[in-house]
Amino acid sequence: MLLIECPWCGPRDEVEFQCGGQSHIERPGPPEAVSDERWGAYLFERINPKGLHRERWLHAFGCRRWFNIARNTATHEIIAVYRMGESSPDAPSGDGAVP
Amino acid sequence: MSGTQPFRLASGGEVDRDRPIRFRFGGKAYTGFEGDTLASALLANGVRLAGRSFKYHRPRGLIGMGVEESNVLVQLGSADRSTPNVRATEVYLYEGLEAAPVNCWPNVRLDIGGINNLMSRFLAAGFYYKTFMWPNWHFYEGIIRRAAGLGRAPTQRDPDRYESRNAHCDLLVVGSGPAGLAAARLAAASGARVMLVEQDSLLGGSLLHDDATIDGSDARAWIDATKEMLAASEDIVVLARTAAVGYFDHNALTLLEQVGNEAACAAGSVRYRLWNVRAKRVILATGALDRPLVFSGNDRPGVMLATAVRHYVRRFGVVPGKKAIVFTNNDEAYRTAFALAEAGTIVSAVVDARSHPPDDFSSRLSHFGIALIAGGAVVATKGAKALRAVQVRSGDGALRWVDCDLLAMSGGLNPTVHLFCQSGGKLRFDEATASFLPGNSAQAEESVGAAAGTFTVSGALQSGHAAAHRALLTLDLECCLDAPVCAEERLPQPLLPLWHVSGGRGKAFVDFQNDVSADDIGLAARENFISVEHLKRYTTLGMAADQGKTSNVNALAIMASLTGRSVQDTGTTRYRFPFTPMPLASFAGRARADLFRPLRMMPAHERHIRHGAAFEDYGGWMRPSCYPLPGESHAAAEQREALAVRQSAGLFEGSPLGKIEVVGPDAAKFLDLIYANTMSTLKSGKVRYGLMLNELGAIIDDGVAARVEDTHYIVCTSSGGAARIAAWLEEWLQCEWPGLDVVVAPVTTAWGVVTLTGPAARQILEKVGTSFDLAADVFPHMSFREGLVANIPARIFRVSYTGEVSYEINVPASHTPELWDRLFAAGATHGITPIGVDGWMLLRTEKGFLHIGADTDGTTTPLDVGWGYVLKKKSDFVGRRSLLLPENQRSDKLGFVGFRAVDPAVILPVGEHVVITDADSTQRSDGYVTSAGFSPVLGMGVALGMIHGGDTRLGDTVSIGVHRAQVVPPAAYDPEGKRLNG
Repeated sequence: MLLIECPWCGPRDEVEFQCGGQSHIERPGPPEAVSDERWGAYLFERINPKGLHRERWLHAFGCRRWFNIARNTATHEIIAVYRMGESSPDAPSGDGAVP
Repeated sequence: MSGTQPFRLASGGEVDRDRPIRFRFGGKAYTGFEGDTLASALLANGVRLAGRSFKYHRPRGLIGMGVEESNVLVQLGSADRSTPNVRATEVYLYEGLEAAPVNCWPNVRLDIGGINNLMSRFLAAGFYYKTFMWPNWHFYEGIIRRAAGLGRAPTQRDPDRYESRNAHCDLLVVGSGPAGLAAARLAAASGARVMLVEQDSLLGGSLLHDDATIDGSDARAWIDATKEMLAASEDIVVLARTAAVGYFDHNALTLLEQVGNEAACAAGSVRYRLWNVRAKRVILATGALDRPLVFSGNDRPGVMLATAVRHYVRRFGVVPGKKAIVFTNNDEAYRTAFALAEAGTIVSAVVDARSHPPDDFSSRLSHFGIALIAGGAVVATKGAKALRAVQVRSGDGALRWVDCDLLAMSGGLNPTVHLFCQSGGKLRFDEATASFLPGNSAQAEESVGAAAGTFTVSGALQSGHAAAHRALLTLDLECCLDAPVCAEERLPQPLLPLWHVSGGRGKAFVDFQNDVSADDIGLAARENFISVEHLKRYTTLGMAADQGKTSNVNALAIMASLTGRSVQDTGTTRYRFPFTPMPLASFAGRARADLFRPLRMMPAHERHIRHGAAFEDYGGWMRPSCYPLPGESHAAAEQREALAVRQSAGLFEGSPLGKIEVVGPDAAKFLDLIYANTMSTLKSGKVRYGLMLNELGAIIDDGVAARVEDTHYIVCTSSGGAARIAAWLEEWLQCEWPGLDVVVAPVTTAWGVVTLTGPAARQILEKVGTSFDLAADVFPHMSFREGLVANIPARIFRVSYTGEVSYEINVPASHTPELWDRLFAAGATHGITPIGVDGWMLLRTEKGFLHIGADTDGTTTPLDVGWGYVLKKKSDFVGRRSLLLPENQRSDKLGFVGFRAVDPAVILPVGEHVVITDADSTQRSDGYVTSAGFSPVLGMGVALGMIHGGDTRLGDTVSIGVHRAQVVPPAAYDPEGKRLNG
């Protein structure tokens, strides 16, 4: 049961949130200029790292705002919480590193 | 000895001898005292044989004193308040308590299942896998399943109430022994918000059975003083009879509080309370559990854990036997010998596996006249239903039988590291104590006292105090209390690891609850199930309700020695939630029956009741499926209501319909991105039907959008999509197009919707009065007005799901009943009829209108429902690129069509497949029926469905199940749409 620091509401239980999966996925376009392969990658290819992972989450039972979480999938440590549109802070021990 | 309780001491213990309590066990009446557990009361009454084992039905008696008890599980209570497999050690006695032993028939003394014991030679680990192979497992499964399990699951509805509660604290202390009390006391004095939980009914832990002088007073007085101090502090919650069962991420812990017993619950008390606690810091003072010794016949009633024996003597004033022997490999059990001797029990001998027992204890033994057998072991036991004698091997190897009815054994202490492991902490094996101790922490917690391998009272007090001190520093709180001091204590001498005493005949049990013996572990090792996880699953070791609390470490050590590995390298199985069994109802809490999923009622619900509606649950809403007249079937009501709409008028409440306001300068641009079709070209006051897709190109919802003004749309979704689509719009707006200046506001429940539909609709609406012109050329199909209807402020959509002239009238929800009444009264002379969801669906099926989720599935794109023109749209929209993928462009995809059965009386079954037979006479599906009904106005069956090739198949005659049918366009009724434009 993660304790998540909503950037708008403060720390709340995980049950109030929904995870929207990997964040910072660029939507390719315009449609006619995108290859089938590129579109397929956008739809289906996701990383599944052990260690640092950046996801977007929704405070569904709260302010209903989306935001980003950088967390360690192995230790469940939340490294950073930042708003949509903000760039991702680097992990203290480097990308994808497992302490 | 006290009256009818032959094993009760005349004085001593935490029981009230002036308050006798009557109870029944296995149908027989007994008496105990206030303060007893069922276990102590049974022992006081001399009930030795109290259960039968799981597999071999061997006679069993109490072995432990608390959560670790693996033998005496009882069926507690009766009738609807009957709980299986409750540990007798955790049941606090109350007047009228009823319990019965489990897994025995006809009774615990004469148990037919005991025949398994005679065949036990053939029932070793893996017996099932090797034996029940011919003809197949299912041949035997029924018999095996009936024989499995211990208690009986209750068959009646649980009448009790269960609660859950959330809590936050600075410091959560689990366990109230000396370490836990020292920690809680310091934190409380320092102003921290503290929760102290204890699974026992009394605080004190080991101090309830061991002497100590703390801060100059005896242990009992110190506990009382600490309790008073905690009670006087603010923000301190002390929970007794509460087990910490789960330790999850970020210091979230789950506690299970036992609130009321069966009698109290019958009077209205809550049964269990589940606590979800978030703690800034956690101190685990969970103590340690005695480890059994593994020797032949170690499961006979009368063989008990040494600490438990001492606990019964000191806490309850009960001696579990008249003539005792103690078997140990460490100092701890000597205290039990002294406690028994002080209570007047004959202790024939202490058998110590060590060749050099501690001098101070040896001399104290001789003071009591107790023989000491150094370097010895107990190798076997005797007794049919209870222990009669044990075979002792002395240091020189000589064997002799010694009469006794109680054997107190101790193989060392296992720190209770379950919660520590659940928190993600890593264990290390400590050779000095031969036990697993907490190693690296993963969360903001610290283990103290016996849970961290500190087995003295003074050490426990110090470690609890010091850990609380460290925790308080991280919380920026000042400590203002000295550590409690325990008067001089001896240091224990090292134990001698003793995992398995060989030489005896008969089974030496490791896991008492699942009947796993040392030989079974040997068998697993020989068959190469040497990984601990394999060992566990192959032998079922540690898989019983006690989850191996007494057995795991012994088993690992035996496996380690059989395979020549160290215990550390052999490792442990994973410790999982929950620490101790929990009633399933405690998870449900209040969320049962009517509260499980509260049903929503529409604003005019009461009107539907008055019309005699038959209600059903539609996506969480109670809605009328139809309004049957007295004696009328639901099917007949559906036909009558649908026909009334075609002939005069129907009234339908559609309040659950999703309504989302989309407002802002970029509203049109946003909706063009969200809908597959274009919404920006819509004129103010007009309405357009649209499809929403996901990025895979599949249709996720449909509905109309009305443009109120340039920068303001109302998006209507399907009733089931109301919440989902509002969230969908937000996600795109916030995550993908944050630059768009748009606000999305779901207003579904603010508005009630009454739909008036049928050829008489306009006349009826004119009669109730509107503030705007209703003429067809002024307010045509697919347009929108804001104004007054029957003097109620309203938003009116002229859209139609029935194919008739329809007005969807939205009014503030509280005005819905009033609007309903006005329309119904005005329509009386026209024969206006309330129509339910069944009839409504029939009408749209006649018209061939899509019902998303019924006619479509997660693969249906707009191209499959005749919406190919969306690709002509200039701008991008969600899902557009996927429609261009070759897979979606295939011409043989399933497409939306109508089916007309050759026999007009036939209603094609929904779900039935269109079957084609290939040249080699194999059959395959060519499509299926998605909606169907009998059209009263057409006098024939109508159906919609999917078929490969879609509308290229029009005119084909196909086989649908046993029926023949023609592929036709979806709209069976009024295909030109003359009526809805009227």
